[in-house]
Amino acid sequence: MRAGKSFLILVPYLWLLALFLVPFGIVFKISLSDTALAIPPYMPTLDLSAGWAGVREFLSELDFENYVFLTEDDLYFKAYMSSLGIAIVSTLLTLMVGYPIAYGMANASERFRPMLMMLVILPFWTSFLIRVYAWMGILSNEGFLNQFLLWTGIISDPLVIMNTNTAVYIGIVYTYLPFMVLPIYATLEKLDGSLLEAAEDLGCGRIEAFWRVTVPLSRPGALAGSFLVFIPALGEFVIPSLLGGSSTLMIGKVLWEEFFSNRDWPVASAVAVVLLMILIVPIILFQRNQQAAQEADK
Amino acid sequence: MKRFTWFNAVSLTLGFAFLYIPMLILIIFSFNESKLVTVWAGFSTKWYGELLQNEAFLDAAWVTIKVAVLSSTAATVLGTMAAYVIVRGGRFYGRTLFSGMIYAPLVMPEVITGLSLLLLFIAIGLDRGVFTIVLAHTTFSMCYVSVVVSSRLVSFDRSVEEAALDLGCTPFEAFRLVTLPIIFPAVLSGWLLAFTLSLDDLVIASFTAGPSSTTLPIKIFSSVRLGVSPEINALSTIMIAIVAVGVISASLVSKRAIARQAKETQEAVRA
Repeated sequence: MRAGKSFLILVPYLWLLALFLVPFGIVFKISLSDTALAIPPYMPTLDLSAGWAGVREFLSELDFENYVFLTEDDLYFKAYMSSLGIAIVSTLLTLMVGYPIAYGMANASERFRPMLMMLVILPFWTSFLIRVYAWMGILSNEGFLNQFLLWTGIISDPLVIMNTNTAVYIGIVYTYLPFMVLPIYATLEKLDGSLLEAAEDLGCGRIEAFWRVTVPLSRPGALAGSFLVFIPALGEFVIPSLLGGSSTLMIGKVLWEEFFSNRDWPVASAVAVVLLMILIVPIILFQRNQQAAQEADK
Repeated sequence: MKRFTWFNAVSLTLGFAFLYIPMLILIIFSFNESKLVTVWAGFSTKWYGELLQNEAFLDAAWVTIKVAVLSSTAATVLGTMAAYVIVRGGRFYGRTLFSGMIYAPLVMPEVITGLSLLLLFIAIGLDRGVFTIVLAHTTFSMCYVSVVVSSRLVSFDRSVEEAALDLGCTPFEAFRLVTLPIIFPAVLSGWLLAFTLSLDDLVIASFTAGPSSTTLPIKIFSSVRLGVSPEINALSTIMIAIVAVGVISASLVSKRAIARQAKETQEAVRA
């Protein structure tokens, strides 16, 4: 029994240690190294055969130079800031698009709700890449949106949307919408309708009752959804590289290019470490929100 | 609360139109005669024919399926073990770190996960290929599996398991005969989730793939970067169709399984 339990704990534990925690240690270590024209392209490498002296020499050559470099070249600062900006704007847009959908679902007749749930979840199972790709044909200058708008006569010249930040916003809202709708729907579905009746009996209008009762009560769901959109959007790579233009700066793209095009592994690692440090704040806030919501349920 | 108003009808219609119209356009234009993806020139299935003759795509599809089957199966075993440990393990040394490591990959940006795994593989001198992608995919999808399975483990009545132990089952037998059948729908949906995550992943696979192990998303990404093409539309349509059929039938099966379980429990209680 004891042996069985230890086995059960040790296998996934060791797996995660080796393939999740140790790799981070390596990223951190390489972020302190220097770029070198070698294989692998960084210095120093640990020489265990030299014993303690080798370890000490190895440690003495590590420094925070790459982090200093990140602050000197304003490309990185701009990229972090613009990622934050894009992530915040698209989270708010997703909230604005997602809330009415969740509200409509929660108010639909009970018979239809499972089907509506299914319709929201289904796109989530289809390939992310394909969902982003679908917008490339819609947003381009001769794409469907422009064809449609020109045909209706709303515009006389095609709109330039593809390869701009607007296209990135649309892409993020589209692909992350289920993450926003489902948590909001979960809180709205549990909402006690008699509270709204009480508010109306006490003289609230329908709209006022919505703002003063429904919105505050659905806040945990809206917050959870916002974090679920914001956190992955911040490090997003596929959407800015397919829908964004050369002027769209996002840190996931910068990291990718630093690694694959410039082959500067130490700087790419430093970019990753800083991104992780930025993400710790929203991740902790998200977990607090989840815990508070769980306790409220009890 | 039942207030079905015009506002709700409009927001649902617009919302679902927004979700589905882009995919519908994609599907419609996969049957377009013309090479131009935005101009309709008549119905044709020729792009599907060309796709089936494109060996690069077929090879990539084969690699992707191999990776997805292997990694989702490994992730389901590891993730179920992890969920069991988290929910039933009680206290053990390093529990906080363990649950941290289970949840962290869920919120980790893919670029960081990919980069860190690649640097690990290089540091230990592992050649990149199908095997390294499988390792990478198993690691992040086991965490999703464990979340799905542990939510089911939390909600089920532990006394059934204890009864089995009292009646002389070994812990392993109790798991196999009692716990596993009860949590099986969750294990199955965990496997499906891991499978789709693996099929879908571009970023982590790009970091951990070798030159000879291109997966389908890597192949799609590199050709899509140059612009829209009807062949990719055809490929996307096939993938959307597979997923739609898979998800809908899985949900029907699990609905039936849950209904049957509820009925059996009721009968058992009555008896």
